[in-house]
Amino acid sequence: MELWFTEKHTDDVNFSIKVDRQLYTGQSDFQRIDVFDSPEFGRFLTLDGYMMLTEKDEFIYHEMIVHVPMMVHPDVRTVLVIGGGDGGAVRELVRYPGVEHIDLVEIDPQVVAVCRKYLPQTACRLDDPRVAIHYEDGLKFVRTCENAYDLIIVDSTDPFGPGEGLFTKEFYGNCFKALRAEGLMVNQQESPFYPKDAIAMQRAHKRIVESFPISRVYQAHIPTYPSGHWLFGFASKRWHPITDFNRQRWTDLGFDTRYYNSSIHTGAFALPNYVKKLLEDVE
Amino acid sequence: MDPLSQERAPVLEALNRYKAMRVVPFDVPGHKRGKGNRELTDFLGERCLTVDVNSMKPLDNLCHPVSVIKEAEALAADAFGARHAFFMVNGTTSAVQSMVMTACKRGEKIIMPRNVHRSAINALVLSGAVPVYVNPGMNRQLGISLGMSLDDVAQAIHENPDAKAVLINNPTYYGVCSNLKAITELAHRHGMLVLVDEAHGTHFYFSDKTPPSAMSVGADMAAVSMHKSGGSLTQSSLLLVNNQVSEGYVRQIINLTQTTSGSYLLISSLDISRRNLALRGEAIFQKVIDLAQYAREEINKIGGYYAFSKELINGDTIYDFDVTKLSIHTLDIGLAGIEVYDILRDDYDIQIEFGDIGNVLAYVSIGDRVLELERLVSALSEIKRRYAKDKTGMLSQEYIRPTVVLPPQEAFYAASEPVPLEQGLGRICSEFVMCYPPGIPILAPGEEITPAVLEYIQYAKEKGCFLTGTQDSAVNKVQIIKE
Repeated sequence: MELWFTEKHTDDVNFSIKVDRQLYTGQSDFQRIDVFDSPEFGRFLTLDGYMMLTEKDEFIYHEMIVHVPMMVHPDVRTVLVIGGGDGGAVRELVRYPGVEHIDLVEIDPQVVAVCRKYLPQTACRLDDPRVAIHYEDGLKFVRTCENAYDLIIVDSTDPFGPGEGLFTKEFYGNCFKALRAEGLMVNQQESPFYPKDAIAMQRAHKRIVESFPISRVYQAHIPTYPSGHWLFGFASKRWHPITDFNRQRWTDLGFDTRYYNSSIHTGAFALPNYVKKLLEDVE
Repeated sequence: MDPLSQERAPVLEALNRYKAMRVVPFDVPGHKRGKGNRELTDFLGERCLTVDVNSMKPLDNLCHPVSVIKEAEALAADAFGARHAFFMVNGTTSAVQSMVMTACKRGEKIIMPRNVHRSAINALVLSGAVPVYVNPGMNRQLGISLGMSLDDVAQAIHENPDAKAVLINNPTYYGVCSNLKAITELAHRHGMLVLVDEAHGTHFYFSDKTPPSAMSVGADMAAVSMHKSGGSLTQSSLLLVNNQVSEGYVRQIINLTQTTSGSYLLISSLDISRRNLALRGEAIFQKVIDLAQYAREEINKIGGYYAFSKELINGDTIYDFDVTKLSIHTLDIGLAGIEVYDILRDDYDIQIEFGDIGNVLAYVSIGDRVLELERLVSALSEIKRRYAKDKTGMLSQEYIRPTVVLPPQEAFYAASEPVPLEQGLGRICSEFVMCYPPGIPILAPGEEITPAVLEYIQYAKEKGCFLTGTQDSAVNKVQIIKE
């Protein structure tokens, strides 16, 4: 018997992982949730059939979405994480003693419940006393916040389904308002490689550029996402992602990381020409 | 014959039977179930093209229904509490025109509010009926026109006892309702027909939380836009009749202007939507009411905007309010409704129904989810943060009392000449000028061009309203009657 999970990366490209067994399947108010065990990638979570994370490569995504902004802003105390019900971003954030409070806003309580049960690797720090979980639409939550956060991490699903409101201009504008005067925002920004993903990436970039004075894009290699080439947005009111990067602070912290390091930090902002062109086209 | 159950959909069933017969078509339409127009079929889908068919015995004929369309119309009549229902495929415009032309012949009077849709005044141009306008009530704070006051209608009836009918616009675009029941009873006491433009009120027939429907209060005819809140395809509509109105005569009036090639896409959409409303309408509109109410509360929390509702009810010109309508006053953030409408589309990819001088209307329906409403509310919040300014110098009133000099038909057909707008001051206009949407004329044929009208048109242009109605497509010139 062979059991395979397959996600269509495009109409003509399939990505398949051999599955050992399915641990969970359920339909929440928002989406279908599945958890599988696989020989190669360990346990993995999918939403509506799209890969969210695997035990084997989630460290890349979560280290890059957290440590890059944390090493630029000198004094992050309050953080808003939108999406991220798997807990991976929170796990990295609570490593910082300076972080006083984290609001995690996840629309789907069932995602958090499933991750707590089946994916302790990412959900392990959701009970940290500094973390408050809000089960709400991120767009609605951020609308009422003003001058409240040093860092906003947009750890969303793709721009279709429940996450679509998190790729809109009104959302980025609301985030700008919710940040303090020196605040910054990072977001997962899809892939530049396949045209359909690239269009979503460009649309997000365009809207962020319109909303923030500093807006840059950085990349990471994530094997289980379409094409493996993934982008993050870095939007800031004051701090520049490279000139304000504090290399010494990272060394002093002495964190054990598997992907992120200070050379990766600056290197991740060096983009291929075709990606630069895609971004310039909408700037 | 026992009435059919509302679970039936006779036109849909007939089309399915017809498809199963695999009939060889040697009749129009010439695309022959799509095979002759591959690009269109690829775009619209084969299932759509296979039912784009002509009238024929198994499918009945819209101009003279005797079988499945007749049954479907009977089911619609039953669902809407009417004596008869006509399926209309030329829009609610043609339903409104058919009502007016049924009630009035050339030279006969009809009492109506002036803030009607252009289709009603068009009907006067076509039929030669003479309007007796009742000025609608006004809300000065919001700048919107309201329903007709019962006293004003009584006054108009008293002064024009020979009028044949009263036309009521219920609800207005914004959701404002007149005292439909009292006006209907008053008109009937004076032997006048009651015609209701219910273009924005399909849902009134399926909810006890909305104002009463025309048929439920005994009105004689109603034009119902099934394609708005009813969910059918654009351009499909219902004309309902009640009481003593002759079904056969109305059919003849409809056939004067309606196509003889009624689209089965439109007809079947009416049949399917009627079934859906009859079976599930109450739950559907409860959800719409809840969505609209949620959005109203969130918008009012932003501050600066005013999403209005039943608190406006005053017992007369706002006798009732349709809570499915999400109407929002924008002037207090220093932006005209049309400006908010444009920013929503250009900056936020959100298309709303319309914006005018002081308000916008977001159309909420069964197709909406909370997700989309969150986007609308958040975008409005952003627009306030980014664009709010002082409101000094902004026009606030969207209704100008007209100075009617000639009946519409006489003015429309009179010898006329084009002049630049400002030179038309003091002259009689022979055409329409309106912002579209909402399509309520600023000037109708036969009305004097006053300073207030000119100021309004210039202001609407500056703010970016889409002006229509004139022969001149740029709306720089207006046709005036030669002296």
